[in-house]
Amino acid sequence: MKIKNIMKKSLLALVLFPCLLFTQFAIANEGAHLDRAPIDASNQDSLQRGARTFINNCLNCHSASFMRYSRLQEIGLTEKQIKDNLLFAGEKVGDTMKVSMNKNEAKVWLGVAPPDLSVEVRARGADWVYTYMRSFYRDDTRPSGWNNVVYDKVAMPHVLFELQGEQTFNHETHELTLSKPGMLSTEEYDTLIGDLTNYMAFMAEPGKQQRNHLGWFVLLFLGVLLVLTYKLKKAYWKDIH
Amino acid sequence: MAIKSVTERKSRFAGVLDGTLNWVDDRFPLTSNIKAHLTEYYAPKNFNFWYFFGSLAMLVLVIQIVTGIFLTMHYKPDASPLDGILGNPSVAFASVEYIMRDVPWGYIIRYMHSTGASMFFVVIYLHMFRGIIYGSYRNPRELIWLFGMGIFLALMGEAFFGYLLPWGQMSYWGAQVITSLFGTVPLIGPDLMEWLRGDYLVGDATLNRFFAFHVIALPLVLLGLVAAHLIALHEVGSNNPDGVEIKKTKDEKTGIPLDGIPFHPYYTVKDMVGVVVFLIVFSAIIFFAPEVGGYFLEANNFIPANPLVTPAHIAPTWYFTPYYSILRAVPPIGVSQFPGVVAMGLSVVIFAFLPWLDKGAVKSIRYRGTLYKKWLLAFVVSFLVLGYLGTVPADIFGQFGAWLGKADIATVIARIFTVVYFAFFLLMPWYTKRDKSLPVPERVTG
Amino acid sequence: MSDHHSDKYQTGSQSEPDALVDLEKRKFLITTSAVGALGCAAAAVPFVVSMTPSERAKAAGAPVEVDISKVAPGEMMVAEYRGQPVWIIHRTKEMLEKLENHDAQLKDPKSDVPQQQDYCKDNGRAIKAEYGVMLGTCTHLGCSPNSRFEVTSDWDGGFVCPCHGSKFDLAGRVFEGSPAPTNLVVPKYHYLTETTLLIGIDPEGKA
Repeated sequence: MKIKNIMKKSLLALVLFPCLLFTQFAIANEGAHLDRAPIDASNQDSLQRGARTFINNCLNCHSASFMRYSRLQEIGLTEKQIKDNLLFAGEKVGDTMKVSMNKNEAKVWLGVAPPDLSVEVRARGADWVYTYMRSFYRDDTRPSGWNNVVYDKVAMPHVLFELQGEQTFNHETHELTLSKPGMLSTEEYDTLIGDLTNYMAFMAEPGKQQRNHLGWFVLLFLGVLLVLTYKLKKAYWKDIH
Repeated sequence: MAIKSVTERKSRFAGVLDGTLNWVDDRFPLTSNIKAHLTEYYAPKNFNFWYFFGSLAMLVLVIQIVTGIFLTMHYKPDASPLDGILGNPSVAFASVEYIMRDVPWGYIIRYMHSTGASMFFVVIYLHMFRGIIYGSYRNPRELIWLFGMGIFLALMGEAFFGYLLPWGQMSYWGAQVITSLFGTVPLIGPDLMEWLRGDYLVGDATLNRFFAFHVIALPLVLLGLVAAHLIALHEVGSNNPDGVEIKKTKDEKTGIPLDGIPFHPYYTVKDMVGVVVFLIVFSAIIFFAPEVGGYFLEANNFIPANPLVTPAHIAPTWYFTPYYSILRAVPPIGVSQFPGVVAMGLSVVIFAFLPWLDKGAVKSIRYRGTLYKKWLLAFVVSFLVLGYLGTVPADIFGQFGAWLGKADIATVIARIFTVVYFAFFLLMPWYTKRDKSLPVPERVTG
Repeated sequence: MSDHHSDKYQTGSQSEPDALVDLEKRKFLITTSAVGALGCAAAAVPFVVSMTPSERAKAAGAPVEVDISKVAPGEMMVAEYRGQPVWIIHRTKEMLEKLENHDAQLKDPKSDVPQQQDYCKDNGRAIKAEYGVMLGTCTHLGCSPNSRFEVTSDWDGGFVCPCHGSKFDLAGRVFEGSPAPTNLVVPKYHYLTETTLLIGIDPEGKA
């Protein structure tokens, strides 16, 4: 029947429309090209290395004031390991990752206060963080001497330049080249940043793995309940014609 | 005899129950209400899946209220920086992350609430669409429709006020933009805007009053309207996919509609199936993709509100985007953006006039002619296209050449579909009267 | 109408033969109700548990280390544990001797009511007699008693609650005639070093 056809078509449109949206969204979101971050929430070694990199480098200026050190136990560290290796003097395992740097002073030095990084990956995406940390280049027109391909005129200097070395950016070909090698090879540096990004993705939502895990049980339960309610409905409706 | 004693004990227990029930019934119309609204409320037996969305809307309302109560136990409506250090995220933003991390199971409760907000609109839009295709707004159900429109408006307010509370970038700039709309009202605009915000810009005062509206004022309005919606519905009886009034053909002896079945148990057990299907979708979102690609939870809202920096691209949450598109599509008169604001307001309120715009001879789309169906299809398409355009920047498709004054392609598309959107309503008296409808059966067709 | 039959089936009223009870309906009604009730109970868990102390509250309520080296004999210090005052009283020999003398005036001189762990029943309700450790919260209505260490003819030194006048000795034992029903609570604690206490964890490492 024609009516049914139209209804079906409009239904189909209702279903397909969100899919269309998603593809469009992906296109609209694309500014600079972003590399895919090697995120693996089950790789605890990577997460632990990333946590160390984060605490030793990023935490000097940035806070992660919603992240408690104690949650590092979820990536396989013991309370003693956290206490001995990662805490600053006077801090407790239950404390959040605060920063000693005065935000107002930071604002004077850098022009902006370094943002809190607790949920940075949720705000910008893991790929962005991964690419950003590998896209600093020398730019003497900037006060810090550094610029970044994915974040033009960024206030943050390239903190890890001793490890990565110095890159230059060709504005015509849009290519980065390593002009002065650092202490790490390109692969080693990429792994370092990959681990860091992996950790920051964990930190952005520490409960995510537990949530995904629990989800399967909930769906399984609801599946059973669906069969039962359907049978119940059939049993009641069998004498309605 | 053993068997008899069991029966006796049973009947004694039943006697106590009956006694209690009688005691209550003498003081409160419990049994008569259960009868009137459940066991002796006769609903047409031919409801199809579109009829799930009413009870699902009820379910989502309950989810939102319960999760909302528990979120209120931990959330703090406070725009001042954490620990009093300038540059820190606000206390409000921090309290949301506190719920997400420190409160046991807090993240589930928060995701239920954020997903519930979007799912509320999914369910309500489908519920309204049902009303439109089967003519459920028509005589004698105009008041049900009007109460429903009130619910819809309250819900939009609820969503808007609630969206400010996390005090992220999208919260902040969304509220800034929407309250600015009131600033376009001629003469009183600027004063009105300031009064709404309680400050010169969206700030702590705004956050606190939005919190008050969100957690107490609008929920009360919402509950009152839902009660009125249901009372009106049970007074006149439910419509159905055939648009046939089942009360016209009653059993001569009992006075019960021949095509009616008691809501309980038949539709309670049927709605349970719908509830479980809904919960499967709802749980899949909560547990595996609570952001839904940035549509349910926007990435920019994970950046604390910053009154000095507007995000590169701001758009309202998806359920507001059709109206937002209309706002952007309507050109200003001189320097005044007011026409766009009025058009946006009308695009929402115009649904309320449907009972009086529709002059068709039949209620249900099943017996309408092709003219109506074409118009409805055009409306659905324009609603979806406008909805999509509202989520993207106006220059997404580039510009026309000089021959069209270098207008944004997306804006021109939005203008065309805005015209279609309003034409669906404004031309309705004309095309529904002209439409050639099919004969309507006497009884429902199952 | 068919549904009127079904009403009879459901209730299966006693006058009807058993064969008329719709077993299929009954079977699914019972299983669905049971599984549904289980689901509702499970769904209630997150809400109930969300009201228990959060990670922040737990971090703030974590065991505290207290340096007691600076408390002069005959004096006391107040530490904070879970937002409550914890008294650490450096008791002199004379103070400890006096503790033995007024058992008759006390409600619970032998500390039989479990207001302390077993390892704090003796020694003036302490691990080491010279350091008394107790929560400075009156067991009557939760005020914090004031210290009154000056010894008089009828007072061996102790604490007096400002709210309703409950009196405690230097081991936190309550005197007869006080509205407070029991002795003061001795929290779990142990010695990390000679002069450092860890309040909140007992010597076996249990919280």
